[in-house]
Amino acid sequence: MYNAEKVIPFIIVLIVFFTIPMWLNFGRLEAIPQPELPKKEKKCIESKEYMRAYHMKLLDNWRKKAIRENQHVYVASDGKTHTISLQRTCMKCHTNKEKFCDKCHDFVITHPDCWDCHIAPEVAKKWQ
Amino acid sequence: MNALVSFIILGILLFIPWLGVGVLGWESLFGIVIPYVCFLVFVIGLIYRIVCWAKSPVSYKIPTTCGQQKSLPWIRRSLRDRLESPFTTWEVVLRMFLEIVFFRSLFRNLRADLQGKRLIYGSAKWLWLGAILFHWSFFIILLRHIRLFTNPVPEIIQGLDYLDSFIQSFGVPPVYITDILILAGLTFLLLRRFIDSKVSYLSYGSDFFPLFLILAIVITGVLMRYSLKVDLYAVKQLTLGLATFNPVIPEGAKIGTIFYIHLFLVSTLAAYFPFSKLVHMVGVFFSPTRNMANNNRAVRHVNPWEYPVKHYTYYEYQEKFKDKMIEAGIPIDEEVQPEEEHEWYSLYIIESKLPPKIKS
Repeated sequence: MYNAEKVIPFIIVLIVFFTIPMWLNFGRLEAIPQPELPKKEKKCIESKEYMRAYHMKLLDNWRKKAIRENQHVYVASDGKTHTISLQRTCMKCHTNKEKFCDKCHDFVITHPDCWDCHIAPEVAKKWQ
Repeated sequence: MNALVSFIILGILLFIPWLGVGVLGWESLFGIVIPYVCFLVFVIGLIYRIVCWAKSPVSYKIPTTCGQQKSLPWIRRSLRDRLESPFTTWEVVLRMFLEIVFFRSLFRNLRADLQGKRLIYGSAKWLWLGAILFHWSFFIILLRHIRLFTNPVPEIIQGLDYLDSFIQSFGVPPVYITDILILAGLTFLLLRRFIDSKVSYLSYGSDFFPLFLILAIVITGVLMRYSLKVDLYAVKQLTLGLATFNPVIPEGAKIGTIFYIHLFLVSTLAAYFPFSKLVHMVGVFFSPTRNMANNNRAVRHVNPWEYPVKHYTYYEYQEKFKDKMIEAGIPIDEEVQPEEEHEWYSLYIIESKLPPKIKS
């Protein structure tokens, strides 16, 4: 092999680059956070699978309906009606943003803009 | 035809995980085994290719240049000349850096066209634009995916993700700018092969297939983010498990088949990578036309192939054919010395560099 003094470090750099996640996790790996589910209510407005994957779509849709179309009633797939409101409907059961929303959002790194306008209940409580 | 075959292969590749996970439910095969195997093939394949390249001797110093080379002290060299015709190692490094990061040689791309009977050359930056959009977006997307493989996610990756998704005007989840740019770049690179007859003529299946494959990966990824949503929390449990060598298929949460299709296509890309044109990612570092300094006059380049050639001295020749020579009446030189060496025999022996052994 020619230029081994350059090629071997190059190979090492390449391997380190493609295994970056391993090195980033090394010695600082944290446990996977568990969002705190409401104790009283067993069922969300839609199925668990749907909510897990599509809740942001649903909320985005709610925003459009409530703010731009002045519709405030959501009919779920099981026929039940709910008031379109993040703070009065969702957060009635999921009372704590930090213990519910943020758990997953911080885990998978998303940047929801809900809280640009809304105020989380626990934050509101501090001000009152 | 080439495109059609590639497209059919892609179709088969889409069908395999759909059948495997969607119908047969082999999550752990497609979620754990295949990604690991393909990643291993990727890394070992790259090392194999690198070692093969490093074993090939570069016989001549062959940098491609288009600038004034370093010559007599009163011949001026601008910065441009230093980049186009590098003399020192640092100039080579800078040249390589700009080539790899900004594709300078592609920026000089020309197109030839016939205008009536006149051949006209003109600047053609579109290829450069398409290439840079695609490559940079791909790189950023790759870095962004670190968010699925680390916990906690490094600040810099969070920042990158935030910057990439700062346009919040198109609904939730916010669009990634790189998603749009990579689609634009890939579409251009693909259409170029279909529409431009000159390029189309030169395109093989191995040119179409990577484009189709990467396009399919991007489309499945984009679909997964914006419309056919999957449970990202469960996805990260799986991907984090892969990165920490503690792989689990998350229980109680079903990840959509589209995720497994995406993962399978990425695995295919990884395994295919070292053995295709895509390996130019590493190959660019090993291009003798780019990574050598144009300093032939100052620094001697020794061809590693050149070794002291074994040859007969006249003495040995005469010894071997003495009888036949006498028979044929050719005069015998009695004064020839057995140790006689030709000058060129030792021409290439350099003290510090011993010649390679000749295999017999």
